[in-house]
This record gives sequence, C-alpha cells and structure tokens, in this order.
Amino acid sequence: MSDTQETPGTADLSRRRLLRAGAAAGLLAVPAAGLLEACASGGGASSSSSGGAKSATNPFGVKEDAPLEVVIFNGGFGDAYAKFDEQMYNKTFAKAKVQHVSTQKIQDQYQPRFAAGNPPDVLDNDGANMMAIGQLSSQLTDLTDLLDAPSLDIAGKKVKETFLPGTVDQGTIDGKFVMLPYNYTIFGFYYDATVWDAKGWKAPTTGQEMLTLFKTIKAAGVAPFAYAGHFPYYMGWPLCDWIAKVGGNEVSVAIDNLEPNAWKDPSVKTTLDFITEIAKGGYLYPGTQGLTHTQSQQALIDGKAALLPCGTWLSNEMKATTPATVKLTIIPVPSLTSSDKMPYGAARASAAGQYVVPKAAKNVAGGKEFLRIMASKQAADKFSELTNSLTCIEGAGTGVQSSSMVSASAMIKNAGTNIIQWHFTDWYDDLYKEFQNQIDLLMKGQTTSDKWIAAVQKAADKTAQDSSIPKHKRSS
Amino acid sequence: MRHGQYRFIAGFLAIPVALYAFFMVWPYIQDVFYSFDEWNGLDTTPKFIGLGNYSRLLRDDNFRGAVVHNAFFLLILPVVTIVLALFLAFMLNVGGRGGGAGVQGVRGSSVYKVVLFFPQVLSVAIIVILYQSIFQTDGTGLANAILIKLHIISAQNPILWFNDEHWVRWCLLWVLVWSGFGFYMVLFSAAMQSIPRDIFEAALLDGASRSKQFFRVTLPLLWDTVSVAWVYLGFIALDCFALVYALTPGPGGPNHASQVMSTYFFHTAFQNGQYGYACAMGVALAVFSLILAVIQLRVTRRDAVEF
Repeated sequence: MSDTQETPGTADLSRRRLLRAGAAAGLLAVPAAGLLEACASGGGASSSSSGGAKSATNPFGVKEDAPLEVVIFNGGFGDAYAKFDEQMYNKTFAKAKVQHVSTQKIQDQYQPRFAAGNPPDVLDNDGANMMAIGQLSSQLTDLTDLLDAPSLDIAGKKVKETFLPGTVDQGTIDGKFVMLPYNYTIFGFYYDATVWDAKGWKAPTTGQEMLTLFKTIKAAGVAPFAYAGHFPYYMGWPLCDWIAKVGGNEVSVAIDNLEPNAWKDPSVKTTLDFITEIAKGGYLYPGTQGLTHTQSQQALIDGKAALLPCGTWLSNEMKATTPATVKLTIIPVPSLTSSDKMPYGAARASAAGQYVVPKAAKNVAGGKEFLRIMASKQAADKFSELTNSLTCIEGAGTGVQSSSMVSASAMIKNAGTNIIQWHFTDWYDDLYKEFQNQIDLLMKGQTTSDKWIAAVQKAADKTAQDSSIPKHKRSS
Repeated sequence: MRHGQYRFIAGFLAIPVALYAFFMVWPYIQDVFYSFDEWNGLDTTPKFIGLGNYSRLLRDDNFRGAVVHNAFFLLILPVVTIVLALFLAFMLNVGGRGGGAGVQGVRGSSVYKVVLFFPQVLSVAIIVILYQSIFQTDGTGLANAILIKLHIISAQNPILWFNDEHWVRWCLLWVLVWSGFGFYMVLFSAAMQSIPRDIFEAALLDGASRSKQFFRVTLPLLWDTVSVAWVYLGFIALDCFALVYALTPGPGGPNHASQVMSTYFFHTAFQNGQYGYACAMGVALAVFSLILAVIQLRVTRRDAVEF
C-alpha cells in the first residue's frame, strides 16, 4: 500500500531539514522591511460617544439604551460590589444592557482590544496582569467633568468634594484626571498593641525615640524591626515617607518629575543615614532581608519582631493566622529631625485601584456615569460592607470596626491635608526597580548612603533621557 | 492511488498546519517586524526606528548580564543533570553486584526508581512553594534551621539563599536539577534496558570493572539519548523563566544576579511597556536557540551504533 519505508536516520534527517528551512524563513523575513507597518495592529479607531440629552440627573448625557460593558478585576475585593453598582445603573437606565465581565487577565484580554481600537466602557485595571498606567494613560478619557459633576447621593457636593485627601492627585496623570482610584489605603509602621502595652513600650514619634526604644526591645530578646526583604519596596514606603517628611513635598515633586539631581537633596541622605543605623545596628529580625511579605508579617504577629512597615490591608491579609489577642495598630513613621518640613502626623495615603474609561469606548458617557455611581455613598458603603476595606469616599464604611481600622481612621484624621504622595513608583518601572535594588543593598549593609544616591540618581537620569519611556509631570 | 493518498494526508494536515501557521509562525514573524519599532503595545501605529532596538541591546548591561547568567545555566545544568541521571540509571539497571543472576540493578532498585522520579511529578507551583519554605531566609526555614542546629551558621546570621547575590544562581541550579533529573534517569533507564544483556555479560566475563563497563560499554551505546537530553536541558537553561520569576526577588535579583533573558524580556515588555525593544530581545533569544540547535546537530552527526 505504501512505499514510504522507514529507514534509520530518516526522522533525524527530516528534523534537520526542517530546522534549516525554519532558519531560512526567519532570515528571509528580516529584509522585508517594507511590510513593517503593514502587519501592525488594527487601524486607528474613533470613539462614537452616544449623544443623550444632558440634565441635572444625567450630567454626562448618557443615552438611555446604550449598552455598557464593565470589566472588573476579580481579585481580593471580588466583584460583588460591581454587580451592585450595575444594578444601580440599570435602575436609572432601565433600557441599557449592562454586560458584566470579571477576570484576572486584564492585560492578556484587554490590551489587544485597545490595540484594535475596541476597548470596553469601564475597565478596572488591577492585579498581577494589569497594564502599565504610564503607557495606558494616553488611551484614557479625561474624567475632569466627573470631578465637577454633582454627587449622586451626597447632597450639595460635587464628586471631588466627597473624596478623601489625595484621591484626585492619585488619579491624575499629566494634569488630567484619568482614573478613579477607588480603594483607600494608608501606610505606616505596624505593631501589636497587646505586646507593647504589656511591655510598656510607647510608640516613637522621633527617630531618636525609635532608636532608644529599639535598644530596649532588643534587650528584651525581641527583634525590633522586620520588613519584607524579598519585596524591597515594602521598605521603600518608610524610606520615601521620611524623605518627604524631612525635605517637604517639593522634594517628592522634584523626584517624581525626574529633575536633575533631585535625589541629591540633603533629606535623602538624612533618611538613608538613619536607615543605615537601623540596618547596621543589629535591630533587624535575622534573615528579614529575604522574607516575603507574609513571612515577615507572620514574624510580627508571632511576636518575633516588634515593628513592621505595611499598609491597611495587613489585618485582612493575615486574618487566617492572627490570634484574637493580637491587636495590630498602625502609626506614622517618626519625625527624623527637629526641622522636618512636614509634621509627625503626615502620612502616605494612597487611593489605589485604576477604574478607567477608555477614550475609544463606545459608551464614554455611560462609563463616566458608572464611575459616578461607584462614588456615591450608597455604593461606597456597600463596597466596605462587602470587602471590609475603605474607599476614597469620605465617611463611607465607618461601620467597620477593628483595632487596625480604628487606628487607621485616627491616622487619616491626624494627617488632615498632610498627605504624602509618590508617583515614580507607578510611572517609571526601571527606576523603581533600581530603587528597590539599592534598598536591598542598603538593608544588607552592602552600600553606603552616598553610593545609594549616586546609583538611584543615575537610574533616574537614564529614565529621563530614554525617549521610549513616556514622561509624566505632577505640579503639587 | 498515490495521488489520492496525498489528498488524504493533506486533508488531515490542512487544519493543524493552518492553526500552527496562524498562532505560532505568524506571531514569530510579527515579533521580527515589531523589533524594528518603538511601540508601547497600545498605540495603533508603532514608530519605525530601524536597528535602534538592536544597537541598544548591545549596550544594555542588564541584558549582557542576563546572557552571562543563561550561559552559566547552559554550561552547568546539562552536565550536572546528565551525570547524576546517568549514574542513577546505571546503578538502577546494571550496577548491582552480580550475584549469579547476571546483570541487574542494586537491591531495591524498583523502590528507588519511584522515589527518585517523584520530583518530576510535581508541578512548578508546588516546587516553588516547597522551596520558598526550604530556603526561607530566617531561622525557621528548613535549610537554615538545620545549619543552625549543626552550628554551621549562627542564628543571628542565617543564609539569605535566593536573596543573596552569591547564592541565588546555585540555589536555582539546585532546584532545576532536583526537579528535572528524574525524567532523564527514566529516559536513560529505558535506553539502557534496550541494550542487549549479552553485551554487558560479555564485558563482565572479560573482567571489566563497573566503571570500565560504564565508560566503555554503556555510555557509547547511550550516546544518542544523551545528546537528545543535552539539547532538552540546553533549552531549559535558556529559559528558566518560571523558577527565576517565582523564586527570586525582583524578579531577577538580588542586584540583577539572577536575571536571565526570558525574565528581562518579560520585564521589558509587560512591566515597562517597551514592546519593540522586547521583541528585539525575543529575536536575540531565538537566534541563541537556533545556534544551540545547530551546534547540537553538528556534534551528533556521527553514526549510531547498531545492535
């Protein structure tokens, strides 16, 4: 029937030939530069925003029967809150067909939609598979009119007047408010109040007090300080907070704007010298330079370490392994000098999460209206109830009670408008990576303050000079 | 008849080949095109910059470091894995003391075979979780706890393993070998069992020691299998993505000490959004893989021994 006799070596020969052919095809493809533009992406698409009539209750002029596609990252917060918000949307626009999508693969599934000019109407860009916001921002609708629109259910206030401090800043890139950073978090040092009260340790408010307390803690046989060394940015939070407190907001603005020699401000050296004292003074929990966040947090909960930098998600994250006796409490980072530009109460708070409306979306007005619904008191309360976390809406979700949340609320109150913000961490990944790399070296005692500054400044300059990295500016 | 046969075969092949061409070959070609562009992955119109990405690649210290680290794995991983797998396969199949029943493995070899193959069955995710605990950097990590108990290191100075620039590549190598050698052991065992017993027995009768038997008889007859294993391991060494990504700080740290081409590629594309530049890295990685394949084809061109 068949005359194809299998002879020894045939399989190998054909494999060889195939590889050669493959290599040849690859080589042939290279000079075909004329096709370069042709094979890229979809064509440029234009948005077709539907035109409904604008009114006091419909400030963006949503067309009542225009469909709305909402894509939610299904992570720690789940997606039940979004379904609630979608029901609210449908109450106003009963004829609109709302498509709810929840996924963890934001980039894999939605970057091609952007590239094809066909993105969804609302996108929650979050999680490990999110798109880099620095790159994405040029594709997003300016949401300034959302800020100025009346709040849905907080009478007499514009949407932006219902926000906690820092929210508008956090959602602004290049002077344009392009995303609603819905999830409100504050950062500081955590300790277990049960242990500290029993031992009579008092929360330090100055760097000197902190070092004195560390000596006492060490003498009691507890490691004074732990942090998630496997992810050095956990140490980057207090480091940046200290720079901002000592040097004032203008230093953080200069650093974020990649201004020449911004990292050479004296406040940076003051901060690094202080951290070096902690790192080299034997105050670190042994091995903490390699621990993951949960491992280091467990060391705090187990009483092996006394103080740890983290944010308000901590108690929720460690819920399963925290005994009832542990009372996690958050405080701001201490003041380092008597001439600090910001008060002790100043704190980093960030409204995180990136709820965006793509420019090329079919129902831009509907997307904005959906965000206005999210920013209502009713929706924000529901979010806190469902997720046990705070939103950027002031006063929403105050029903949530725990030592961590109570101390966090007190910290927000004490900080007032002294909110520390950083952006290079989101904007410039290469710089942020080198920054973390240098923190790692600093905590291991393998670099000095001066070398640290030189290396990070060099990385900042490299980013500033790289034309393929889109640049951003903040003014305050 | 013959004509019909071709049509029959073509009918079967058309769909898989079309799928392969569209989902595999076409993206490869697109990658080459994009490598001449400055593109953030979102714009509908990438900017053509010619060879800009390639000249930048040559000047990129991080990429050069990544190539060196891949070379480290490429040189050491296949050798260590193959030597270990060959030794174990030999002991399991022909290394036993001849008790009269001729050639056999060491006593209990069937048990060892299962135990040694076991790591191969674990998924990467489980291996990662295991080694995060084994190489946990404080005193509670398994490796550190043992070393502290034995007074080899002090409790105040535990080893940072994946988080120490000097240890990280060796730790990764350990995990790669540990999780991979079982497969090659089974591969070599199968190849050894296909060697006729009389050859070993003839060698034994002639008074060959175990090491002579191994080097003069077993290894030459296994040469084909070994060279295949070497290519597989070479590709694994050029990849290493999953373990580096999941186990090292950064990933690729500390201080870039474990950065490999695939993780740097990933970082450039998906974190930095420099898709054009990342595509140039992809082309470089493909070229390295092709070179490896060509070298292997040259080396193994010699005729196989027939038996």
